[in-house]
Amino acid sequence: MGLLEGKKLLVTGVITDASLAFHAAKIAQEQGAEVVLTGFGRMRLVERIAQRLPKPAPVVELDVSDQEQLDSLVERVSPHLGDSPRLDGVLHSIGFAPASCLGEGAFLNAPWEDVATTIQVSAYSFKSLSVALLPLLGEGASIVGMDFDNRQAWPAYDWMGVAKSTLESVTRYLARDLGPKGIRVNLVAAGPVKTMAAKSIPGFSAFEDNWDGRAPLGWDVTDPVPVAKTVCAVLSDWLPTTTGSMVMADGGFHAVGV
Amino acid sequence: MADSTEILAGLAEIVEEVAGIDTAEVSADKSFVDDLDIDSLSMVEIAVQAEDKFGVKIPDDQLAELKTVGDAVSYIEKNQ
Repeated sequence: MGLLEGKKLLVTGVITDASLAFHAAKIAQEQGAEVVLTGFGRMRLVERIAQRLPKPAPVVELDVSDQEQLDSLVERVSPHLGDSPRLDGVLHSIGFAPASCLGEGAFLNAPWEDVATTIQVSAYSFKSLSVALLPLLGEGASIVGMDFDNRQAWPAYDWMGVAKSTLESVTRYLARDLGPKGIRVNLVAAGPVKTMAAKSIPGFSAFEDNWDGRAPLGWDVTDPVPVAKTVCAVLSDWLPTTTGSMVMADGGFHAVGV
Repeated sequence: MADSTEILAGLAEIVEEVAGIDTAEVSADKSFVDDLDIDSLSMVEIAVQAEDKFGVKIPDDQLAELKTVGDAVSYIEKNQ
C-alpha cells in the first residue's frame, strides 16, 4: 500500500515537467493519491504537462491574486473529487517577483508596487488558497507550501527572500488558526533545484555552485525527487503532530557553517 | 520519421498555435528570440508540443542552445 493511498490532493504550481510540483504530483500518484492540478496563465501548457503524469490529471485554472477565482475554486475543483468531495492535502508551490525585485541591486531600489506583488503572490496567497479550500478540508488534512529557507539574507534573492520570510510567518499563523480543525500547515524548505522558477532568478548559479560542497549529504541541483518525496511525506499521515514547521529538504545545508 | 521539410512545417504550426506567428514567417534562418520575439515560457511550450509531436526529448539545457528555427529542425531530425 502506498504512502498516500486513497488521498485526494490539490497541487498548484505545475508549469513544466521540471517543476517541483510536477514531481510531487507524480510521486503522490505513485503512492496511491488522486491528484487535481491548478494552472496559471499558460493553461494549454499545463494541460499538456498534466498528460505526462502517470495518471493524466485534471487541471483547474487558478490565479491566486484573483479573488473571484478563489471564491469559485471549491465549486470548480469538487467535480473532480468524486461523490463526497473532500481534499486530504494541498500543495502551494507558487511564487512570483517582478524583475525589479531580484538580482544585484534590487533590494535597495525595487518600488513598493513590485514588492507588494511579490508578497501577495508568494506569501499572502498561502493564506488565500488555504481559506478558499477550507470547505473541502477536514480533520487530518495537510497543507504544504514550498519554501526557500530565508532565516538569513542570500545573494540575489532580495525581495523574494523577504516574501519567503513572510511565507514562513504566514505558515505559523495558519497553523495556529487551522490547528483546532485538525489541519496541519507546514513548509518544505528545499535546496536549489533547476526549474523554470529557479532559472528566472539572476544569480541562481551562486546557489548551485555552493550547495553540494557544503551540504553534509551533498546536493544535486538537477534532481527534484528528494524534495518531491519530502513533500509527499508531509502530505501523508506520518507527521501527525507536525504543524507550523519548516521541514528542511536541503541536504543539511542549513545545519553547518562554511 | 519526418524529414526536415516535414519537421519545419510541423514546427511552424506549433509556433503559430503558441505564439500567434504566421507559419510563413517561421523559416529556418529565423531566431526564435531576436526575429520571432518569442519569450522563454513560450519556447518551453513550443518545445513540449514538439516533443509530443515528433517523439523527441528536448532537455532544458539543449533548448537554450536552439537559437534558430533551423537549429530546432536539425535537433529534432537527429533525435527523433
